[in-house]
Amino acid sequence: METYPPHPHPQEMETHLVTLKINGEHHSINIRPWVSLLDCLRDHLDLTGTKKGCDHGQCGACTVICDGKRILSCLSLAVMKDGAEITTVEGIATENGLHPLQQAFIDHDAFQCGYCTPGQLCSALGLLSEGRASSREEVKELMSGNLCRCGANVGIIDAIMQVKDGGSDE
Amino acid sequence: MNTDKNVGRPISRLEGREKVTGAARYAAEYPLEGLLHGYVVSSPITKGKIVEIDTTEAMAIPGVVDILSHLNRPKLAWFDLQYTDMDAPPGTVFKPLYDENILYNGQPVALVVARDFETARYASTRIVFRYQQEPHQTCLEKHLDKARAPKKGLATALKPPPPPPTGDFENAFENAAVKVSATYHHGTEHHNPIELFATTTLFEGDGKLTIYDKTQGTINNQLFIANVFGLHYKDVRVLAPFVGGAFGSGLRPQYQLFLCVMAALHLKSNVRVVLDRKQMFSFSHRPPAIQQMRFATDINGRLTALGHSTFAETSNFEDYTEPTSNWSHKLYPAPNTLFEHQVVPLDVYTPMDMRAPGGSTALHAIECTIDELAYQLKIDPLELRLLNYSDADPSAGKPYTSKALRECYLEAAAKFGWDKRSAEPRSMQRGNKLVGYGMATGIWDAFQFPSRVQIMINSEGKMVVDNATTDIGTGTLTVMTQIAADELGLEMADVEFRYGDSKKPFSMFQGGSAITSSTGVAIVVAARSLRKKLLKKAAEMNDSPFRKAKEEEVVFSSGHIHLKNDPAIKISLKDIVAFNKGAAIKTTKMGRPHMLKLRKYSLATHSASFVEVEVDRDLGTITLTRAVTAVAAGKIINPKTAKSQILGSMVWGISKALHEESIMDPQLGKYINANLGEYHIPVHADIGELEVIFADEKDSLINELGTKGVGEIGLVGMPAAISNAIYHATGKRIYKLPIHFDELI
Repeated sequence: METYPPHPHPQEMETHLVTLKINGEHHSINIRPWVSLLDCLRDHLDLTGTKKGCDHGQCGACTVICDGKRILSCLSLAVMKDGAEITTVEGIATENGLHPLQQAFIDHDAFQCGYCTPGQLCSALGLLSEGRASSREEVKELMSGNLCRCGANVGIIDAIMQVKDGGSDE
Repeated sequence: MNTDKNVGRPISRLEGREKVTGAARYAAEYPLEGLLHGYVVSSPITKGKIVEIDTTEAMAIPGVVDILSHLNRPKLAWFDLQYTDMDAPPGTVFKPLYDENILYNGQPVALVVARDFETARYASTRIVFRYQQEPHQTCLEKHLDKARAPKKGLATALKPPPPPPTGDFENAFENAAVKVSATYHHGTEHHNPIELFATTTLFEGDGKLTIYDKTQGTINNQLFIANVFGLHYKDVRVLAPFVGGAFGSGLRPQYQLFLCVMAALHLKSNVRVVLDRKQMFSFSHRPPAIQQMRFATDINGRLTALGHSTFAETSNFEDYTEPTSNWSHKLYPAPNTLFEHQVVPLDVYTPMDMRAPGGSTALHAIECTIDELAYQLKIDPLELRLLNYSDADPSAGKPYTSKALRECYLEAAAKFGWDKRSAEPRSMQRGNKLVGYGMATGIWDAFQFPSRVQIMINSEGKMVVDNATTDIGTGTLTVMTQIAADELGLEMADVEFRYGDSKKPFSMFQGGSAITSSTGVAIVVAARSLRKKLLKKAAEMNDSPFRKAKEEEVVFSSGHIHLKNDPAIKISLKDIVAFNKGAAIKTTKMGRPHMLKLRKYSLATHSASFVEVEVDRDLGTITLTRAVTAVAAGKIINPKTAKSQILGSMVWGISKALHEESIMDPQLGKYINANLGEYHIPVHADIGELEVIFADEKDSLINELGTKGVGEIGLVGMPAAISNAIYHATGKRIYKLPIHFDELI
């Protein structure tokens, strides 16, 4: 029989008031400390654009941009991010329409089933703002935390390279 | 076809905006009122019995609503046939929470239902299970003595056993001038779509359910649920508007669907059940297989004997088979053949179709064996294949409806630069890297299933097309819209294809690379009938210029019917519907394969893959630098989405050859790398330059569209091409997949 380390009893687990600025909007929610940022977005705020693929930090589908950096929202608890500014896939498009990277994804057929796409987009935006990658090889390497099982890799990298070279990587 | 304005154009996916903005909702993403969350508890033992389940502590946790197991589950259908599904192999279907017996490791043994996900998951760790373990058998190599012929059943129709022997194989092989005998080992693979398997059930009362499910077959799962839970099939609606990848894993109803519906009915509530990544290794997989190859040629390189015996794993409750030993003789003529496929039943879940089932495993062994013959004969591997080229299917003695494999070979070879290859292994290098060129052939089925569509022109003059198929990322929505628009001469913006809903007219599951030919043909057939209806209605209108017009004298274009001779004379589809008192003009038709006509032919897609690898001279690390795959698959409706299908399959080929395998610990009887950190699939950095060519292949026999399907063919040739390139680079022939760097030092 398997044994497990002791957990605090859920009854003893109080909710905490957490304030998050998500896609420019303020959200204040009462949440238990064991809720991941990913589940907070998906189940508590109905922002289901951010995807759960492993809940382990292994697939990258849950990537969001938190205070300017790309992070795996499944590896953060929501309570750890009190006061943070978060951009999810729902917040990438501008009032004028799709972000150039979103359009490039469509143009290059950079997805098939679409499930890893939000993570790829957020990760790529994070990568572009990091300014570390200059060559195609570097972009491939630094995007390798985001898995795509459909095998849309070529289109994804093509789309990122187009936006990177087009200078629309604000 | 009326026009081909849209068909053949590289149109971007119509659902692209939803997918890049996060608006696309998948099965676990429907926030229903009072939604309860189910968490599955999996068996840690591989074989035996559950002796005791103590849920006292878990049930006392606030927020826990119920814990269902075989001890307290609601009454269920008991008759095996009620659990069957369209893709069930012969045998007894696995019934979750049915009794105390444990048939495989990871089997669901309970479902915790709670008010939130975290509580359900936590409570699952506070249930005490006591098991009585029995010895298990999970190792294919160790239990080859159990190999036997598979049982036959309905599934045999799509997956025929290998053809009977011809000539005198043993004698011919024994006395052959040139021969290769080799045994290939393939491990288990799991589909691992990035979306976790999930079901959300809306409990509507009065025996009615609406179910958002991750599936490749809405109607397959609708019928399964109705049968198992004794509901009227009309009261069960299965929706799958977006499916986050499946690759075969959604061809059968999976246990999260069953558990979710059971909980919803039992608790009269809306329920969601989502599996975790480890549980994604607990239902269906590509089976491990051992293949014994014996091929021989005469001194000139003409094949004289083909022998292929496959021993593949199945479960102890169902006989899963996939076509493996069937393929070599469909490609190469030989007077003496001996083929067999046997199964070895073990204590695992039943294997299942996984992208190019059978073909991707078999063609690796076949095309590596051909490569080995080429080196023995000192003939270029491409030349050896051309020497043994057959326009017909030697195994069936029938012509192919079309076969542009020769064009695939030549076009891909030219694009790749095959002529720059030096014949000897280890003869090409780049710095510290050994460079290898390899090539291989691919062949796959061109299936067409019966499919029914309803099409209508509504009061706005727009076209609505309904079919129950899914779009698992293949581009089905876009492709069907292209076909439908051309059939009625409309803009794509004026066509709505409604799908992913079991309430729509019948479609088989989306598998076997078949949906474009199945639902696409049904659209063509229905459109033919709708054009007739529209013309007839137009003729009834006052002073109609179409009163005497015959079908062949009119053309449908720009939302109008025109007289061919005088295109200025026209009437809009919208006006015809208005004349029909605003009632939509519609028709429902079935598309079917032309069995009688096609009986005289063999049907297949073909491909040729050319690959370059670099192998580090000291470390053995393998880099796939570039690959070209040419595909002959009949008419290509959308070159953009079709190219993505081939690129994706090529990545799958890279994965199969170099990365993915589920490692079974025979001691524990379980997969020990059941997560995406240790189950490797290629990342962006693993993918070199990939190119796709579609050979021109016109097929007027196969179906109304001339299509053959592109979902799997791109994978079939890649693993052998990579293996052959590694041999060319290193001089080492590795008789297993995946190939690891340590085997090359």
